Amino acid sequence: MTSPAIELKGISKAFGPVQANKDISIAVQPGTIHGIIGENGAGKSTLMSILYGFYKADAGEIFIKGQKTAIPDSQAAIAAGIGMVFQHFKLVQNFTVLENIVLGAEDGALLRPSLGKARRELRRLEQEYELHVDPDALIENLSVGHQQRVEILKALYRQANILILDEPTGVLTPTEADQLFRILARLREEGKTIILITHKLREIMDITDTVSVMRRGEMTATVKTAETSPEQLAELMVGRKVLLRVEKAPARPGKTVLEVEDLQVTDDSGVERLKGISLNIRAGEILGIAGVAGNGQSELLEVLGGVSAAQGTIRVNGAEIDLTGKHSDGQSRRARGIAHVPEDRQSEGLIMDFQAWENVGFGYHHDPAYQKNALFMDNAALRADTARKMEKFDVRPPDPSLPAKNFSGGNQQKIVVAREIECNPDLLLVGQPTRGVDIGAIEFIHKQIIALRDEGKAILLVSVELDEIMSLSDRIAVMFDGMIMGERLPEDTNAQELGLLMAGVANGGAA
Amino acid sequence: MDIMPKWADVVLIPLISLILAAILSALVILGIGEDPVAAVKLMVTGALGSTYGWGYTLYYATNFMFTGLAVAVAFHASMFNIGGEGQAMLGGLGVALICLFVPWPHWSIAILGAIAASALFGAAWAAIPAYLQARRGSHIVITTIMFNFIAAALLNYVLVNLLRPKGAMDPATAKFPAATNLPTLHELLAPFGISFSKSAPANISLIVAVLACFGVWALIWRTRLGYEIRAFGKSESGARYAGISPFKITMLAMLISGGLAGMMAINNVMGEAERLVLNAVEGAGFIGIAVSLMGRNHPFGVFLAAILFGFLYQGGAELALWTNIPRELIVVIQALVILFTGALDNMVRIPLERMFLALRKTEG
Repeated sequence: MTSPAIELKGISKAFGPVQANKDISIAVQPGTIHGIIGENGAGKSTLMSILYGFYKADAGEIFIKGQKTAIPDSQAAIAAGIGMVFQHFKLVQNFTVLENIVLGAEDGALLRPSLGKARRELRRLEQEYELHVDPDALIENLSVGHQQRVEILKALYRQANILILDEPTGVLTPTEADQLFRILARLREEGKTIILITHKLREIMDITDTVSVMRRGEMTATVKTAETSPEQLAELMVGRKVLLRVEKAPARPGKTVLEVEDLQVTDDSGVERLKGISLNIRAGEILGIAGVAGNGQSELLEVLGGVSAAQGTIRVNGAEIDLTGKHSDGQSRRARGIAHVPEDRQSEGLIMDFQAWENVGFGYHHDPAYQKNALFMDNAALRADTARKMEKFDVRPPDPSLPAKNFSGGNQQKIVVAREIECNPDLLLVGQPTRGVDIGAIEFIHKQIIALRDEGKAILLVSVELDEIMSLSDRIAVMFDGMIMGERLPEDTNAQELGLLMAGVANGGAA
Repeated sequence: MDIMPKWADVVLIPLISLILAAILSALVILGIGEDPVAAVKLMVTGALGSTYGWGYTLYYATNFMFTGLAVAVAFHASMFNIGGEGQAMLGGLGVALICLFVPWPHWSIAILGAIAASALFGAAWAAIPAYLQARRGSHIVITTIMFNFIAAALLNYVLVNLLRPKGAMDPATAKFPAATNLPTLHELLAPFGISFSKSAPANISLIVAVLACFGVWALIWRTRLGYEIRAFGKSESGARYAGISPFKITMLAMLISGGLAGMMAINNVMGEAERLVLNAVEGAGFIGIAVSLMGRNHPFGVFLAAILFGFLYQGGAELALWTNIPRELIVVIQALVILFTGALDNMVRIPLERMFLALRKTEG
């Protein structure tokens, strides 16, 4: 057997008291796709950052093609043939594809010769790997999927033999993800080695040859993909048996709670973000909004939650809501029985420097229960309430005085969800409820959402995770480019049909 | 988990910064051929060795408490109010007008009127930059700095052309009526049998300043407005989500900040000069920034830092008076303290954090 393309031996890395990587050893065979799966905070990104020279390991060795190699910085990583495609692309938006590819790898003081060379090289790479991109297109005009191809081309242009992709499908439509996987398969045929970091079990099963599972900084197992199952991987990730399917009874919808008619939003730069959205949700049902990030779902949530203004009509329990006035804000929405779990808990849902109890009052700080008198807030009452909610929602550690930033992602989200569900709303808006949340907490949060539905509340769920939409929703609406492309029942549709709707193909491609 | 225990953050870092500043100052004094030990002795006896010295130290500290609190309140709303100087100047104008044109029967009522007038004028001067920030996005740092210059020019005009008594040569108002003169610490402490220097300027404003420290503490950590100010200061997007109006908080925080800076005038204008002179503020508005930085924007920290800077001011004045150390060097020493406690905070903090991490590792 040939020596592995890349081999890590005994890698350890600690950040202060946190042991991010503990004695990790893997060997990745050349010409294979090796998946690394684990929950958020399991140490995947740290490991890859060590491999790419961003961090220095406290202990351990890296071997590339059997040669012991030191990787003190990213230049050394590139020289060793390692290319990295980050989750958030590192492209200059107003440069062309060609300029981005050359950036940082220019040959001399003059740009023209290197651009010419790059153009020839790009043509060769395109043919070799079937990676088609217009070299003269501006990045800002490319779709996300194409931008990702540019990142891959950038790595290949630097003669990478080992490609690391960090959560590459997070921003892609299912169709784009399929295209990416075809590209990866092609790269594997050409002898490249690929390391795929993800938390999605389906992707691991679909494309990888071998998979390593990480949990709490340790490599818990490395198995052949063909010899494992999603259930087994999930168990290895979490350390216990997990229910991958959400269990729920059929919905018993009641009267209409939310009616939205012809909602329009134009942003500051004059771009239409919502182009006449109409929908309604009844009590006791979950309407899921599927779509690729950036197609107006965020704007819809913000308008409903009172964060931004809009034209159109919104009625809650039959009464119209003021959308543009001075008092159209989060406070007035809460007063009307709308609770809002925002998409981004770190910049919106929580004040990261605030302690847990202060965050539990966030948005509800006008609640009479939290006031001592006209002048002062009743911090003791708020603390007691926080302790109760933390216990009920199993927030760990259950310490109301701990700042929000010191909780894990899942526990942060539980604090937000506890706050919004426990105020007993008529309508709950939920944005990306499980983004960056560990599997155990996902299960818990899903159960809470279902339980709220079963209490007869209306729920609007926005998520870019198609699996989440399909398993939680009672009805699914797909958004594309500020419009609703269609509505489906989860039992009558499938990922392919929804994927086409998400890509803007009307009628889901059905004839 | 926090990297350092809280006491290290609050006590140890400022202390180390101060010691570093002191060492560097000592080297500078050595460099110009003077004896640093003697200089320190002189500063300490001059500022703290007599009730006269204390009287001056506390007088300066009172000024710095007001301006320090002003900076701290704005800072909690994530705004950097550099305009304390101008706001305090305008506060002085408010005090002068109300003392000169309202016939007050007794100082105890006059001080309430003066507090209101100084706060109102200071707040009004902060309101314009606040509005420009909240509605037009003009950066508050730039506008408040500009407003310092406008305040100086305005005061110059008002003093020279409007308030200067006929025939007077200097740009200042007339003496305030005797009924508005505030009791000094000498008069306040005499009934308790404590003798305090008669000629020191510290006065009852000190008590107002201490009350203001308590008031700001209660405002920031106990009221709903304080909660909203802190939330907005930590995360504007979060505040928007929660329905906290950025406009309202920007305005209110700056009004309170400007009001506090303006209130300094009851000390320097009403309590000490008993008339309004051109350069009444003497840079206290800027010292307030250092005081707030060093006090970690906490009212108690501001209180302590204000006394420290009061000591530096008074001790520095004594040094200039009795030694060959030039007045400018005192400014250098004060600047070093500001530099170390404010700007070079991370220089001390990061090694200290590493040390605590290493300590924890050996324990664990």
